[in-house]
Amino acid sequence: MKQITVISGKGGTGKTVLTASFAALAKKACFVDCDVDAANLHLVLNPKILESREFTGGKKAVIDTDKCNQCGKCVEVCRFNAISSPNSDGKGSGDFRVDQISCEGCTVCSLVCPVDAIRMEEKLSGKWFISDTKYGPFVHARLEIAQENSGKLVARIREIAREIAQRENLDYVIIDGPPGIGCPVIASLSGVDLALVVAEPTLSGIHDMARIMDVASHFNIPVKVIINKHDINVQNSRSIEKFCREREISVLGHIPFSEKVVESVRRGIPVVESGNDKAVKEIVAIWDKVVVDVI
Amino acid sequence: MPEVRSSDGQSTVMGLVVAVASGKGGTGKTTVAVSLALAQESSVQLLDCDVEEPNVHIFIKPFIEKTEPVSIPIPRVDKSKCDFCGKCAQVCAYNALAVLKNDVLVFADLCHGCGGCSLLCPRNAITEVGKRIGIVESGSAGSMKFAHGKLNIGEAMSPPLIRAVKKQLQLSNSRLTVIDVPPGTSCPVIEAIKDSNFCILVTEPTPFGLNDLILAVEVLKKLKIPMGVVMNRAEPGFEKIDRYCEEEGIPVLMHIPFDREIAVAYSKGIPLIRAKKEYTEKFIAMIDSIRKLSMPVRLN
Repeated sequence: MKQITVISGKGGTGKTVLTASFAALAKKACFVDCDVDAANLHLVLNPKILESREFTGGKKAVIDTDKCNQCGKCVEVCRFNAISSPNSDGKGSGDFRVDQISCEGCTVCSLVCPVDAIRMEEKLSGKWFISDTKYGPFVHARLEIAQENSGKLVARIREIAREIAQRENLDYVIIDGPPGIGCPVIASLSGVDLALVVAEPTLSGIHDMARIMDVASHFNIPVKVIINKHDINVQNSRSIEKFCREREISVLGHIPFSEKVVESVRRGIPVVESGNDKAVKEIVAIWDKVVVDVI
Repeated sequence: MPEVRSSDGQSTVMGLVVAVASGKGGTGKTTVAVSLALAQESSVQLLDCDVEEPNVHIFIKPFIEKTEPVSIPIPRVDKSKCDFCGKCAQVCAYNALAVLKNDVLVFADLCHGCGGCSLLCPRNAITEVGKRIGIVESGSAGSMKFAHGKLNIGEAMSPPLIRAVKKQLQLSNSRLTVIDVPPGTSCPVIEAIKDSNFCILVTEPTPFGLNDLILAVEVLKKLKIPMGVVMNRAEPGFEKIDRYCEEEGIPVLMHIPFDREIAVAYSKGIPLIRAKKEYTEKFIAMIDSIRKLSMPVRLN
């Protein structure tokens, strides 16, 4: 079983559109949407949810105002400015309170409180789902708004997908990665067999592609590149090719800009099922190369 | 212009802070943030808080005057004082410490820098040392002040670096500060948006755009920050977003139609209002409407 992560650094380069198409083209595969704070793959794979589970990624401090003697020790030790003192409203009234958004769950306040007025409460920080799609099993999640621990949730759903792939004897786990290079991206890349970097020929796209490639090589993940909307700026596409040649990274294909992409997203289907233009042909050819490469 | 009276009775004029966010990546946050800042003639600063993939500098080509390293505190154990009691590992909520028979391991990548271990060590054997997570570069482009952060490769935690970029807010008295926010809805996004007076949400007319716009709106409601929407790559055929905004009472501030010329200019790092001059007035008008819709500015 091979794990492949579609990634890009920059957002909006076409990760989800490509992942959905690969899902439609792959035989014996399951899929994971690791962009847990703004998931989109479900909008094109039309999943039927079979199982739904809650995810508690961490704890948050809660102050028992009856026990609190307002000594202010907690405010002093909190590094995340998550506790507001009664004076913060300028009137000197009210209670000590924990801002649930700023609290990082470090527990230090609860440990130093002299009257034991602070307890740590498990907070629901997301949900994950196992679904069925016409292309194969699909594991996805939804991080609650303004939550941390997206890396932990990503690691959890990838573990579920691996279990499914092993149990059902599947050949591929295809992972739709989040944008950026931080915590959830690292969790989406760790231990995979191939990172497929979707690059767009814009100066921002090239800048971000270089950074995500550095992340992949930092974690020893093999990289291959797909240039999307390559005809938006052919000269920049050549720069990407040159950059990849210098790093000995292969470019698997050049997908032209296609009206079919937006049209297929609006219809909620993978673009490879929306007809057969140049872009679709190129995506099919790219997937064939991926299959040969990762085996 | 919001005006606030500080505690010493002096009248202080604080600038407007506008965050540009989106939920979904690649909808045009940087395009909007850059043009919004460039449309102002003076007293403006642009802070790129997308520290994982900063792009603003590509469009404004700033002159960098200052580069500062940003670190988070991580524990260092003095083994001559340590008696390997295990307290530090026990209090660490992030499993960043492991105590063995005669050694203590520190997993720097897991540490959030909360300081609990050094505070609670019974033998005062733990001090904190800085672990570099990235840099903040600041400078200017013409009359515009600029700063951005760059997260080190392989580093997982961006919020402390975002906080470091936002320190510029206290250092400057610009009438307008524009913040370019990273994509998503989780902790880095909150860190970048919070304490803004207004947030522009940039979206595109697709089911992806709508899905992520709804998530971003939930974030702003939770933060109690007023908002408005900019529809990028607008073209007929998907009116659900306009309908959603109408139902939610969210003003649509601007439509930027799909235009290959704009896409090509973007690909070359040319700001929208430089490629299409007619947008200058639109952005100036947008700032005026934002001033009317914004929260009064708070004094830190």
